[in-house]
Amino acid sequence: MNAAILPGSVIGANPNAPEYLLAVDALTVSFDGFKAVNDVSFYVDPNEIRVIIGPNGAGKTTVLDLICGRTRASAGSIKYKGQELTKLTESAIVQAGVGRKFQTPSIYDDLTVFENLEISFPRGRSVFGALTFKRDAQVRERIHEIAETIFLKDQLLERAEFLSHGQKQWLEIGMLLIQDPELLMLDEPVAGMSVGERIKTAELLNQIIVGRSVLVIEHDMKFVEDIAHRVTVLHQGKVLSEGSMERVKNDPKVIEVYLGH
Amino acid sequence: MKNPVQTLTKSVTVNDNPFMKPIEWLSLAVLALVLLVVLPSLLDAFRLNLVGKYLTYAFVALGLVICWGYAGILSLGQGCFFGLGGYCMAMYLKLEASSVENTKIQSTPGIPDFMDWNQITALPWFWKPFQSLPLTLILVVAVPVLFAFVISAALFKRRVGGTYFAIITQAIAAILTILIVGQQGYTGGINGITDLRTLHGWDIRTDGAHTILYFVNGGLLIGCILIAQFVKKSKLGRILVAMRDKEDRVRFSGYSVAGFKVFAFCLAAAFAAIGGAMFTLQVGFMSPSFVGIVPSIEMVIYAAVGGRMSLFGAVWGTLLVNWAKTSFSESFPDLWLFGLGALFIAVVLAFPNGLAGIWREHVEPRLTRRVKGLRAPPPAIVPHGAPAE
Repeated sequence: MNAAILPGSVIGANPNAPEYLLAVDALTVSFDGFKAVNDVSFYVDPNEIRVIIGPNGAGKTTVLDLICGRTRASAGSIKYKGQELTKLTESAIVQAGVGRKFQTPSIYDDLTVFENLEISFPRGRSVFGALTFKRDAQVRERIHEIAETIFLKDQLLERAEFLSHGQKQWLEIGMLLIQDPELLMLDEPVAGMSVGERIKTAELLNQIIVGRSVLVIEHDMKFVEDIAHRVTVLHQGKVLSEGSMERVKNDPKVIEVYLGH
Repeated sequence: MKNPVQTLTKSVTVNDNPFMKPIEWLSLAVLALVLLVVLPSLLDAFRLNLVGKYLTYAFVALGLVICWGYAGILSLGQGCFFGLGGYCMAMYLKLEASSVENTKIQSTPGIPDFMDWNQITALPWFWKPFQSLPLTLILVVAVPVLFAFVISAALFKRRVGGTYFAIITQAIAAILTILIVGQQGYTGGINGITDLRTLHGWDIRTDGAHTILYFVNGGLLIGCILIAQFVKKSKLGRILVAMRDKEDRVRFSGYSVAGFKVFAFCLAAAFAAIGGAMFTLQVGFMSPSFVGIVPSIEMVIYAAVGGRMSLFGAVWGTLLVNWAKTSFSESFPDLWLFGLGALFIAVVLAFPNGLAGIWREHVEPRLTRRVKGLRAPPPAIVPHGAPAE
């Protein structure tokens, strides 16, 4: 399914077929001399939920920005299925199979939930393609399926601006799901959510993990414990610690800079 | 309409995205009726020609609805494209009017009079394509669109947007005016290209020709409305709205945002160019005074007054403002520009959706209630958000 919509990523043609889905190597970015991300390396396996934690200003969001092409790396490499991402345009990165959710819900207020999802449907992405795009049965079914997954099937015809904060977050996750990315990056998906919504979101993430990897930035430690396979701790632009939640939690360095307070 | 839930599911699965809603068909029918039947039968040839001139601006306003209203790209330089379209048409007409026979008193017969006055002895290369009518008709649209493409591709690829884009388009309008005025020998200078007579042998100065051109203009305008409606209704139209809201979200959904903006800007330029060409044909001349900053801003005001999200509103807004302009500027020539400025401020502050907004919020609900009141019994509650049947 993924291979069919990702013409750029022919794994079979690559003799050094990568074992990691995402390999971030010695990644550095400096803004006017300030290194927001400094020599960061980490590797994400297929079907892994990786959570990045760290205090404010640790460079977590910048790492996601670098992967999705919003910020250009000063040095280092980001390989996604063996393909170098640092040189690709944002839309090419998305088309290669990387989806990204922003920190604040980033949805189209003036459109309905249905239309929001439809825009993310991975077809008709060129100007001409968008002009001739047909809302056929395949599109409708997929949108209904996703809407069901993200608990919004009764809100399909509602304008997105009228959704609650939690519903907006789900909608954005749904907009990513419909792209069927192999790597899904979520920036604080449960920030500002109620307890009930958090539980549902964790359930949602565990459900959508099948067949893809998820890279999550989150502050809520309870939530992180619920979902993370592995955790990477960033501090001042560098990787401070990495491993299972259990290990990271007991790492004295991590306790000192982050978990201690 | 029997069961709300049924209506809901049905509207999702069957035709939830018709080309035009009934109310839109009705709006189109009313507009066509007024433009093609009512006005021609009520107005004398002179007044009808005046309305025809106003309607050429409606093409620009229509383009602004897509470009500004939908895509959120405010252009303060639409006069450029209106003017370029108009100049392309004028160049053809001028060449036809400058036959060797008509210009035999010149030192170089067969070239436009203003070239002769400026000691130019041969037709410049860029005038040559305009000796052919089919080529001219293509160039009328192609030249402004190409110009729009170059500007917008250069700026949007560099992520220049919003106010900066608006200011740059305004600067371009000013530059183009200065260029046209300065190159008198090639462009006719400040006077523009005047004394136009025939289109492929057909005298365009008669009342009869004016009437025919009025209908051609009206037909083209309705054609452009339908094209704009098609764009608006397509996924591209929704992407434009989405881009206006959350550009980054669209970009990170796999779209090249710049390409879509370029498309919207070029479409607006194409509409403006058609309007410009029709202006030249109906008014009989083209001059730099339709290219610069003031006309460009006036055109934005037409779209704002009509409602920048409404295709039909743009046409009505253009007609209304121009009618007001003609009436007021005859009586109070000094005050008119202040009045226009005040109108723009008032519309933006009080009615951000213009005439179309007033219609949608105040008139339409009442009409619907009236119509529904006549029908018995009242229909079941339509679920929120379901499209009106």
